[in-house]
Amino acid sequence: MTHRPGRRIFRRAALAAAAILSTIGMSQAQTVLLNVSYDPTRELYRDINKAFNDKLVADRKKPIAVRNSHGGSGAQARAVIDGLDADVVTLALSADIDAIAQRSQRIPANWQSRLPNKSTPFSSTIVFLVRAGNPKAIRDWDDLARPGVQVVTPNPKTSGGARWNYLAAWGFGLKKFGGDEAKVREFVGAIYKNAPTLDTGARGSTVSFAQRGVGDVLIAWENEAYLADLEFGKGKFDIVTPSISIRAETPVSIVDANVDRKGTRELAEAYLRFLWSDQAQAIAARHYYRPARPEAAAKGDLARFATLELLSIDDDFGGWAKAQATHFGDKAIFDQIYSPSR
Amino acid sequence: MAFSFRRKSAIPGFGLALGYTIAYLGLIVLLPLAALVLRAAEVGPGGLYALVTDPRVLGALRTSFGLALLAAATNAVFGMIVAWVLVRYRFPGRGLVDAAVDLPFALPTAVAGIALAALYAPNGWIGSLFEPYGIRIAFTPLGIYIALVFIGLPFIVRTVQPVIAECDREIEEASATLGANRWQTVFRVILPPLTPALLTGFALAFARGVGEYGSIIFIAGNIPYISEIAPLLIVIKLEEYDYAGATAIATVMLVVAFAILLAINLVQAWSRRRLGHA
Repeated sequence: MTHRPGRRIFRRAALAAAAILSTIGMSQAQTVLLNVSYDPTRELYRDINKAFNDKLVADRKKPIAVRNSHGGSGAQARAVIDGLDADVVTLALSADIDAIAQRSQRIPANWQSRLPNKSTPFSSTIVFLVRAGNPKAIRDWDDLARPGVQVVTPNPKTSGGARWNYLAAWGFGLKKFGGDEAKVREFVGAIYKNAPTLDTGARGSTVSFAQRGVGDVLIAWENEAYLADLEFGKGKFDIVTPSISIRAETPVSIVDANVDRKGTRELAEAYLRFLWSDQAQAIAARHYYRPARPEAAAKGDLARFATLELLSIDDDFGGWAKAQATHFGDKAIFDQIYSPSR
Repeated sequence: MAFSFRRKSAIPGFGLALGYTIAYLGLIVLLPLAALVLRAAEVGPGGLYALVTDPRVLGALRTSFGLALLAAATNAVFGMIVAWVLVRYRFPGRGLVDAAVDLPFALPTAVAGIALAALYAPNGWIGSLFEPYGIRIAFTPLGIYIALVFIGLPFIVRTVQPVIAECDREIEEASATLGANRWQTVFRVILPPLTPALLTGFALAFARGVGEYGSIIFIAGNIPYISEIAPLLIVIKLEEYDYAGATAIATVMLVVAFAILLAINLVQAWSRRRLGHA
């Protein structure tokens, strides 16, 4: 009687249990950093995290696990305020990190001055994606206000990216009408009245435009526009760069209270500093983000970016706090666009 | 004869069971609701008044409640037919159809919303059929209505189905032999005992529809005053860190929903008394 299946099963179970336990042990020994980011950065941070670990290994340090969380920028900020254990936040606009600093005090108020370039390792801008051949002949922001053009853009009330879209249009209007605010309001209002749908996030709008065939033009992050071009079929869309747009700064910060409690400050700071390294800057440019240090990026990647006049949130709009209150607050200018005026 | 709070039961344990019921309901239902109302109270009576008279909030509430009622009514008719067919007829694939009814329960709502938006978008399978006639389904209130009909169907079918199964066929045959025509049999013999269950299903489908977010948001269009639902307004308030405003809208929704559900319950009780069916 050599055949004893019961015993063999037991041995296998024990082996499996040991294997599971050892992986748990390993993952516990490994330090975990949680990077709370916004929606379209999935692919970017996957590459950066890998490069960061490669660098740690090259420096003969223990590799770490960087976990990434993605979602709408505002929702992510709320999650951190409500206690999500983020080590670093990499969000779509500084207003969301300001909100964490103000409402949870987990980040000091002067966070933006702690890293170079106002803590913005790479930025993007706002461009148009149109159907192949540009049948509606859309060249600039005025064309979006034309009757009969359908504009796809997310809701600025729920999407950080959408606020950049809105402000870029506003900035164009200011230049065009020489600062006549009533005319600018009417102009931006005309663009939003051309919107058949306001998705809650930037990805949602991209899908509506690219996959569902809604609208003639998508106002999008530059990186998202290129991604849509790659993802949903080359040659189905054209990218149109307007004459004026905005520098969409997407800043980063460590969450001080969290890293101090977890003892990960040193690593988290190294991780953020790494975003300015040659490798990370080159990766960002490859993913169609405009790097803060263009000299580190590949020439071919940089050549893809069109040159255009870029407005700045701080110089042209008086900073996010002011822009938020005048444009996107409750019953502020954006809400007034839709209120039935009479 | 002394008044007794409860009727004698063969099974002991009334005190324990009632205590448990109250504690459980308090913990699971009332406590979160109390927190909600408390938070909403921060806006004060003036703020609350401004909120419920704001045309945009009113528009969103009208969209949410109106379409939820309409969708529940649609499901009451067609869900009932589905339940009837599933109980009364034997046909190949019946088990499969029966299982498919539960799918809207099981599917994550966001997935349902994305699937519906893809189908009814101007270039979708169904949307492209209507587009040449200038009818838009996705990104209009019609799209919201379709999403609500989708998620509400199982509530009606699953509440009515067991009651139909209980009904004796002999009663219908008796009605026929006594000279009733088919319509009389349907409206005076078959429907009355089903009414309480139908109302329960209607109330459940309606309540679910009012609070629905995930499946609607992708197909709604979310244009203020036109296709904006009340839950989206709540999300917008949260996005502005206006927790009090968000909970205030939620409280208003809660009060309206409670009033409507109460009314449905009263109709149910009335129909029971009047028709003499338990």
